[in-house]
Formats: sequence, C-alpha cells, structure tokens
Amino acid sequence: MDSATSEPRTTSAPRTTSETRTPLDASADNGLKIVIVGGFGAGKTTMVRSVSEIRPLNTEETMTRAGEAVDDVSGVRGKTATTVAFDFGRITLDSHNVLYLFGAPGQERFWFLWDRLFSGTLGAVVLVDTRRIDDSWYAIDRLEKHGTPFIVACNDFGGPAFTPEQIREALDLDPHVPLVTCDARSRESSKLVLITLVEHIRALYADLSRAPRQELV
Amino acid sequence: MSRPGRDDAPDRLYTLTQGRSRSGPDNPFDLVTLVVAECDPVPGMQSEHAAILRLTGRPAAVVEIAAELELPVSITRILLSDLLAAGRVSARHPRKAAVPDPDILEQVLVGLRNL
Ligand SMILES: Nc1nc2c(ncn2[C@@H]2O[C@H](COP(=O)(O)OP(=O)(O)O)[C@@H](O)[C@H]2O)c(=O)[nH]1
Ligand SMILES: [Mg+2]
Repeated sequence: MDSATSEPRTTSAPRTTSETRTPLDASADNGLKIVIVGGFGAGKTTMVRSVSEIRPLNTEETMTRAGEAVDDVSGVRGKTATTVAFDFGRITLDSHNVLYLFGAPGQERFWFLWDRLFSGTLGAVVLVDTRRIDDSWYAIDRLEKHGTPFIVACNDFGGPAFTPEQIREALDLDPHVPLVTCDARSRESSKLVLITLVEHIRALYADLSRAPRQELV
Repeated sequence: MSRPGRDDAPDRLYTLTQGRSRSGPDNPFDLVTLVVAECDPVPGMQSEHAAILRLTGRPAAVVEIAAELELPVSITRILLSDLLAAGRVSARHPRKAAVPDPDILEQVLVGLRNL
C-alpha cells in the first residue's frame, strides 16, 4: 500500500468534496474496462455494487440521433440530442491497475456509443434474466459482430430452472462461449463471473497467438 | 440555479465549454484515463475547472469526474482537454493495444482472485 507521503500533490491538494469518495493510490496509472450488458432489471447494478469498492456511480453520454456523441457542443442545442445513462463501479487490482466495471443497457440505441465509450474494453459479461432470455439476443449479436470477447452469466431469480443446453439453444450461443449461473447479489459469485470472463479472454488471445491466421470475428 | 447535469438546458452546456466543439477523435481522454491535478485551483478559474482540480488531487478516471460533476462524458472531456492544454492536469492513458498484454491479463486475474 502506498503511503500518502509518496505523492506530494496529495498533501497539498485541497480537500473539499465528500470524504466518502475513496481516492485511488497515487501510483494508479492504468485504467481497465469490463462491461456488464443486460436488459432492464437483469441485475447489472446489483453485480457492480457487489464487487465495487465504491458505491456505484451513474453518468451519461449525450448523442445525436445520427449516433454521434455530442462533441460539437452546439449539437446539443438542436432537438436531436438524446442521452444514454450507465453506471459503473471500481476495483483496485494492485498499485497500478484499476478495473472499472460498467453496467450498460443492451438496448439498441446504446450501441451507437459502444465504440466511443467502450473501445479497448477487455471484454463483456452478458447478464441474462432467464425469464426474459430474448432481452439478450441483441447484445450477443452485437458483441459477436464486434469481436468483443464475452461470456454469458445467468442471474438466478428463482424462476423455472433451465438446463445449460436449453439456455445455449435459446441464445443460439457459440459453443466456445462460457455460460455460467450466478447470483449478482453475492460478491463471491460476481467475482467468479469476472474471473471466468478474464480466463476466457486469456485463453482466446493465447489461441490467437498460437494460430495467427485465425480471425477473431 | 440547479446543478449542472441531466436536466440542463443545452445552453448551459454550451456555456460551460464556451461553445468549443471538438472533443473529437483526437481528444485523448478515454473513459478510464486517470487524471491527476498538477496545480491547485486559483481564484477566478471557471468553477468546473476548479472542481476538477479538487477531484484529482489523487488520480481519478474521466468517468468518475463526469459522474461527480454530473456532466455528460463528452462535455467533461472538453473541460479536461482545456486543463491538459494549460498544464493544469496530467493524464495517464490506458495502455491500449490491439490485443491485451498477457501480463496485464495475469495481473487482472491475480487482483480479482485476491478480492
Ligand atoms: N432474486 C434475485 N434478485 C436479484 C438478483 N440480482 C438482482 N436482483 C434484484 O433485481 C432487481 C433489479 O436489479 P438491478 O441490479 O437494479 O438491475 P439492472 O437494471 O440490470 O441494473 C433489484 O431489485 C435487485 O435486488 C439475483 O441474483 N437474484
Ligand atoms: Mg441498473
């Protein structure tokens, strides 16, 4: 653990806002992203909260109807701008690496902003409520097209139990994509979901480097 | 006057960034770029700039700054480019690569297992 004195700015910095904010180590220098995608009520915020070291925060991005993020600020003045909201949490992995977890709704309009917000993401968890499996079709489709590594996690709401085969079938899931069940309210279970994703990513890229001509689609 | 944020009139956002446009493709700030203040706020500074400097005494990600300021990410990125250009903040960008560095993936796994 770095001591506060290792970073001169820390002592001279004005301390104004809520001390409830947990500051990062002064040595933190590499932000990483994982996105949790799922329909409304699938448990995204719950999962972020279960593993995050900060209370999940909410923010938004503004985009025009054409799908451009509003960086031409005058564009906001027209009537064509809409916003998409997403929440996020944070996990300090070590003194350099900080993992940010984003909860993103899988709905269509959000995908206009995917590149903008989530380029460079390590991978995604598709969080599925098995009572509403079809909520996930669109997200899976987009992730596949995009070449973003992902796994599927079924959040157990105590509905009728499906076999993994039934779920794979309903999702038309590629056999190499890991499928796990989880309880987003549990820290341990949510942690395992993330570990499964990162192990999957590692295996994918290890395969790629062994077979360089293989395309990741 | 309400806090800047979601219910803002577009004109308010326009004023915040002085109508400046491009946060563009060349804006270097990623959602998880870690920003660190290089100076203290000074009197007369735009209040959002001062707020950013107060939030970044220790590293804070762009997305955290946006959430704290209750501003859209794109507007926050414009404010940050101003501060960066003026040398008032520094930026630690994520190490981006077409394929993730296996060492980093290993570090992520170790970090997660230690949670
Ligand atoms: N039974 C059960 N309820 C859950 C689980 N995960 C989330 N919930 C509940 O489902 C509701 C919606 O979860 P939320 O995280 O807000 O969904 P989001 O819209 O995807 O962010 C909340 O009331 C949660 O408490 C779970 O694993 N099991
Ligand atoms: Mg939510």
